Amino acid sequence: MRMGYTPLGQGLVRLFEPVMPTALGNSVARLLRAAGVTGRNAVIAVPLLWLLLFFLIPFVIVLKISFAEYATAIPPYTDLIQWGDDALMSIKLNFGNYLYLVEDDLYVAAYLNSARIALVSTVMCLLIGYPMAYAIARSSPANRNILLMLVILPFWTSFLLRVYAWMGILKNNGIINNLLMGMGIIDEPIVMMQTDFAVYLGIIYSYLPFMILPLYANLEKLDVNLLEAAADLGCKPFKAFLLITLPLSLPGIIAGSMLVFIPAVGEFVIPSLLGGPDTLMIGRVLWDEFFNNRDWPVASAVAIAMLVFLVIPIMLFQHYQNRQGQS
Amino acid sequence: MKSILGRIRFLPVCLALGLAFLYIPILSLIIYSFNESKLVTVWSGFSTKWYGELFRNQQIIDAALLSLRIAVMSACAAVVLGTIAGFVLARMRRFRGRTLLAGMSMAPLVMPEIITGLSLLLFFIALEKMTGWPNGRGITTVTIAHITFSMAYVAVIVQSRLADMDPSLEEAAMDLGARPLKVFFAITLPIVAPALISGWLLAFTLSIDDLVIASFVSGPGASTLPMVIFSKVRLGVSPDINALATIIIGIVALGVLLAALAFKRQERLQGQDARLANLADD
Repeated sequence: MRMGYTPLGQGLVRLFEPVMPTALGNSVARLLRAAGVTGRNAVIAVPLLWLLLFFLIPFVIVLKISFAEYATAIPPYTDLIQWGDDALMSIKLNFGNYLYLVEDDLYVAAYLNSARIALVSTVMCLLIGYPMAYAIARSSPANRNILLMLVILPFWTSFLLRVYAWMGILKNNGIINNLLMGMGIIDEPIVMMQTDFAVYLGIIYSYLPFMILPLYANLEKLDVNLLEAAADLGCKPFKAFLLITLPLSLPGIIAGSMLVFIPAVGEFVIPSLLGGPDTLMIGRVLWDEFFNNRDWPVASAVAIAMLVFLVIPIMLFQHYQNRQGQS
Repeated sequence: MKSILGRIRFLPVCLALGLAFLYIPILSLIIYSFNESKLVTVWSGFSTKWYGELFRNQQIIDAALLSLRIAVMSACAAVVLGTIAGFVLARMRRFRGRTLLAGMSMAPLVMPEIITGLSLLLFFIALEKMTGWPNGRGITTVTIAHITFSMAYVAVIVQSRLADMDPSLEEAAMDLGARPLKVFFAITLPIVAPALISGWLLAFTLSIDDLVIASFVSGPGASTLPMVIFSKVRLGVSPDINALATIIIGIVALGVLLAALAFKRQERLQGQDARLANLADD
């Protein structure tokens, strides 16, 4: 238990020594307690109020604006609450924005396309990431930390710049085409930039560490004795993997998959840098709706619809996250 | 026996290929930052001229300084707020709003950035209409947005660290008459200090890396580094961005190396302590 006592911690304690309860502090505390403000409540209130103000209320506002009408005004939407002549308040909800989303092929296609791209990328991440996580979990403890660091390191460098790196690799006079043409394998460059292929590659590349880390955390805890027992009883390694390792690692698979799938659905940077003009993804549609068309109500409706679409994956993630936290 | 050998070889090959996949793009960024040609991917000789070009680009330098300022401020605030949230969730079992707090401090982890960005911008505009604050958007609004989503990461780290920690230490201090505030600063905080450091670094990285949320909540004259990079690379590859990437990768690699060395040293000291303790027991 000594390990926690780092110099920083001790320094902090000394720093706060002067403000530790004194006679003055005690009387202030008594006053506050009399007013119903206990230390406990104050401590709870700080993060709660911050998140209410800057997380929950903003969502309520998006919800509200999604039911408003577009107007040429500043800000460009109508008020929901209107006061009649007889001072009666009336609330006008406009479902037009949502109807518009369903009727216009563009939005339906963008949702379906985002879901498809995110799903395929998630499966690919799982197929690439699972053997990697398993290999790291089965390596010696000394190597394990180094390998894990190698997986995490790209995450600490800029996401934007790592996506940008693929532009140099994939473009017509990029590294791959130069290499293949230099070796005489192809005569004309293969078009890879501004295709769905580039978007898949970018998403798999960017989100692979998010798949490996929860899988590793899960596989590391796997009891090797189970596999040995299976082998002793004559079970082939691959069958043992299917019957023991795979089912036991399900929480890791789900956590990793959700960590890839959810942000991939709303991805904006990768389709706009690597994708072509016809790579429709919902994050990009929302961006254009807001910044180019300046239609805030429709952009808000797109956001709410995306959230509804993601509620099930998000709840699945939280469920497994809580279960892992308890165990 | 043969199939076991087969599997043993299969896994390291997968790992090596996967790591190559992760590192080849990064290596290509570094290599072509030293390329003389403006064509980025056509090698025409070694040169460091793009680094000179980068340091003469006032727009990029201003944006980098702004991003650093925002990242330091938001990481410090996120660590304070996130530690309180994590502590409350790990140590206070029952209070009104617990489910709400747990949900809200978990949600930013999985929320698509584009929704967070949109909702915060619409919130700031509505707030300004009602109260007059924030007067325009810029460094303050970006910092608030970054605090909000990175405090969730800190809260999760601190919460899991506290869940691993033995509460009997805190209870013992309380039994000996220490007040809750004193217990927190004398016992809890030193134990979670490593979690606070990793939380700070994570919050700093998330802030300095964020493009989408900053694009929504920032205003004219407050373009962060990712915003400047994005508007530049949208038009195509440019060698001075490669130079910038190489500098960032260098700083990160150096930081990770130092952290690893510090970790090793601490581990060795702990090993010595354990051996001494064993000797004393004998």
